[in-house]
Amino acid sequence: MIKVASRILHGLLLLAGVSVLAFTLLSVAPGNFFDELRLNPQVSPATVAALKIQYGMDRPLPVRYLRWLASVTRGDFGYSLSYHSAVAPLLMVRARNTLFLTGLATLLAWMVALPWGVLEALHRGGWVDRIGGGVTAALLAIPDVLLGLILLLLAARTGWFPTGGMVSADASNEALPERLRDIAVHLFFPVVALALGTVPVLVRHVRSAMILVLDSPFIEAAHGLGIPRWRLVYRHALPAGMNSLISLFGFSIGALLSMSLLMEVVLSWPGLGPLVLEAILARDIYVVIAAVMLSSVFLVIGNLLADVLLYWSDPRIRAV
Amino acid sequence: MTKRHRNVLFITLLATLHLFVIFPGFFAPYGYSTQDRELPFAPPSRLYFMDTAGNFHARPFVYSWQVRAESNKGYEEDRTQRYALRIFSTGSPYVVVGGWTSNLHLFGVQAPGRIFLFGTDDFGRDEFSRVLYGGRISLFAGLFGATVALLAGGFAGVVSGYCGKWIDALMMRLVELFLTLPWLYLLLAVRAVLPLRIKTTDAFLLLVGLVGLVGWARPARLIRGIVLTAKERNFVMAARAMGASNLHILRKHVLPQTYGTLLTMAALLVPQFILAEVTLSFLGLGVGEPTPSWGNLLAELQKYSVLSSYWWMYLPAAALVLLFMAYHWASVALQEELAAVA
Repeated sequence: MIKVASRILHGLLLLAGVSVLAFTLLSVAPGNFFDELRLNPQVSPATVAALKIQYGMDRPLPVRYLRWLASVTRGDFGYSLSYHSAVAPLLMVRARNTLFLTGLATLLAWMVALPWGVLEALHRGGWVDRIGGGVTAALLAIPDVLLGLILLLLAARTGWFPTGGMVSADASNEALPERLRDIAVHLFFPVVALALGTVPVLVRHVRSAMILVLDSPFIEAAHGLGIPRWRLVYRHALPAGMNSLISLFGFSIGALLSMSLLMEVVLSWPGLGPLVLEAILARDIYVVIAAVMLSSVFLVIGNLLADVLLYWSDPRIRAV
Repeated sequence: MTKRHRNVLFITLLATLHLFVIFPGFFAPYGYSTQDRELPFAPPSRLYFMDTAGNFHARPFVYSWQVRAESNKGYEEDRTQRYALRIFSTGSPYVVVGGWTSNLHLFGVQAPGRIFLFGTDDFGRDEFSRVLYGGRISLFAGLFGATVALLAGGFAGVVSGYCGKWIDALMMRLVELFLTLPWLYLLLAVRAVLPLRIKTTDAFLLLVGLVGLVGWARPARLIRGIVLTAKERNFVMAARAMGASNLHILRKHVLPQTYGTLLTMAALLVPQFILAEVTLSFLGLGVGEPTPSWGNLLAELQKYSVLSSYWWMYLPAAALVLLFMAYHWASVALQEELAAVA
């Protein structure tokens, strides 16, 4: 428990560090929202100046940071200049969609990668391993952008699945099962895209972790005792190999969030990705800061989860 | 084919691809911004050996495209005039390096005819030329980013491994932090710091440099490991016993042991940084029109009509995948060669 508490403390420190860093960097960045506004001939310079004072953008940096911290404690996370609302409600819906998407994709990716990697490890050097290795190498060489575009083309050409969004325009009038079906149909391609991007990396790690375990003496001993093969693999080898895979899960969250951002933009999923992109283009700094913070929060929570899982799965760590 | 031959082949392939994009002016028949407003989205030219009369020509030729007469939509070949393919033809001038200009192209056709190996884009610009010129920027971003990352990471790794103690502990915490952060969010945050509309190459260099700095963590951890083992080697101990200074030991005994790993690491990192450039330009935050880069060439595909109608607009992606494969194979080959030497 002390370990978990110290991990949480670590996470909080990390978040504080990220917030200071993001805030300073984005505040000293050349060009801000009001510069863009000034280009508009219909807005007078006096209005821009008044707006600047109204939003407190004329104050020095530390004051602005403290005011932002105060707004965090209120649960607002700053004020979006282009949406004219507090950032938190804007972000929450988007974050929910991103979490939903990445969660499902992670689940799917692991469900595919685990048996695939184990199979490759069992038939090391055989044709299963070779074909599997070829497929993962090919998938690794395809950039995420291209993967998204290909799936977008597939969606457009076949017409079986919608090419963007999360719900159909008239879905709110439908009954609940119909609405769920609608969301599932919209989810299909984004989830497949994310899973396809994640699977090859996972397969490689699962394969090497399993090979390491399968070569160890205790497996040979168990084999000598006449324990059936499937039991050997799934009851003895896999739990032993799980250790490094759980750490991998913690490490891969960052990559997954990045890929999700890109796929959301390409496949028009209403998640954090499109929002962040718009915010950067509009210099809406509080939205950018909040999104970066939120992605760090996901990261911290994911790693915490991995630590807890590790604690639960590995008796050696529990003993310490 | 022995393993040795295969490795040499892969490395040669990689070198050839680099040659193509380092001298785009020579290999491309046209400039990247040469427009032909009459021919937007013309499909790739077909090479022929047989003419309409059934005569064989040793020198392949192309027909020029014209708008289809009856429907006024799409293109058809104008079969009345043949344009023979010329090797080492003269065409529009381009800058080779610095102030040295040339008008020699690897191939081309006589003036009113045009040759489009990869078709044209919405302004009637030759996609093949744009892929080559775009490759120059993307590849340069990759090489430059990887160099910065290796230098920064190498320095951090050597300091961390050689000094040890609290410096090492602090450094490794930082490495872990950078390794787990979502890199695209990090990249976008860094990008948000820079001016929105990048015009000059200086700003572009700055961007790539920052991208490189962000990627220092992985090389740092690897180099640290090597330095840690290297400094315990007997000959290093002996050098220390004979009173060699730290700097001397580092330069003469420790650093040479990291070169192989650095090279392999570079083969792994370059594609990653190319991808970073492609992603930023794809999202509209990197290199902008009319300068092509593989990212903004792919960004064209975000328009639905382009995505679904003009298959040749996917060809920049094919170039990207080919280069990635070449880098992957080269890194495997390098690892094998280095293992054989060690």
